[in-house]
Amino acid sequence: MFRQASRLLSRSIAHQQPTKTQVAARAFSTDVSATPTEDSPFAQSWKKVIPHIDAPKTPSSYMKTRPPTASAIPTKLTVNFVLPYASQLSEKEVDMIIVPATTGQMGVLPGHVPTIAELKPGVMTVHEGTDVSKYFVSSGFAFIHANSVADVIAVEAVPVDHLDSNLVQKGLAEFTQKLGSASTDLEKAEAQIGVDVYSAMNSALTG
Amino acid sequence: MASAGAAGPFWRAAGMTYVSYSNKCASMVRNCLKEPHRSEALDREKVHFSISKWIDGKPEKPLIREGTGGD
Repeated sequence: MFRQASRLLSRSIAHQQPTKTQVAARAFSTDVSATPTEDSPFAQSWKKVIPHIDAPKTPSSYMKTRPPTASAIPTKLTVNFVLPYASQLSEKEVDMIIVPATTGQMGVLPGHVPTIAELKPGVMTVHEGTDVSKYFVSSGFAFIHANSVADVIAVEAVPVDHLDSNLVQKGLAEFTQKLGSASTDLEKAEAQIGVDVYSAMNSALTG
Repeated sequence: MASAGAAGPFWRAAGMTYVSYSNKCASMVRNCLKEPHRSEALDREKVHFSISKWIDGKPEKPLIREGTGGD
């Protein structure tokens, strides 16, 4: 709304001048024209009602179209592994990743069927040649696209050797005990979550 | 596969949202890190916000909350 404001204001001040020259002089004009070039149904209906103002850009006009799926299966999987505060792997080409989906450990190879998988707390392994890196993922999602790009997003993911086994054992004992003594549904759920997370960390450290 | 009409995951049945579930899992993982990483990670959890309730069009004194995670 305010993007148009300067143009509308300058237009009312100098209404003799055509708006196009004002657009060129504007300090923060967008590099693309405000009206989408192809006449989408939205742009058409806008023009019918308000012909003298350019139609605003819609979110879809900012998006890149989905890239076409290559007909041959690529040899490598491109992985984007991101966390809210950092991107651990960005467009890394690997041979395979194994993600801890709620339905079990899921191996993803190039050419995998497009999938959206919710992740449970567990270990994600990235296989590149003979290197294997393991990350413990707290929970998140894995999106596998048709063009062999996998986006794994998690709130917290740490390399497995950053986990301290004493703290894990203590936490597991504590939450198992809480599970036994929990009364309300919410407490039970929290204790169950604790048991799930800590036992997953435990098996990550020992397995 | 989940059965049709399943109540969903146990935390959903207990009234928790996915976001709170995910944040709880993340904070449990952070609590188990080895030392230098642990303090960096717990810094990430800190929240600082101030809430003011509005009554009759006027804000009350704001409640300022700061600290690690939790509700």
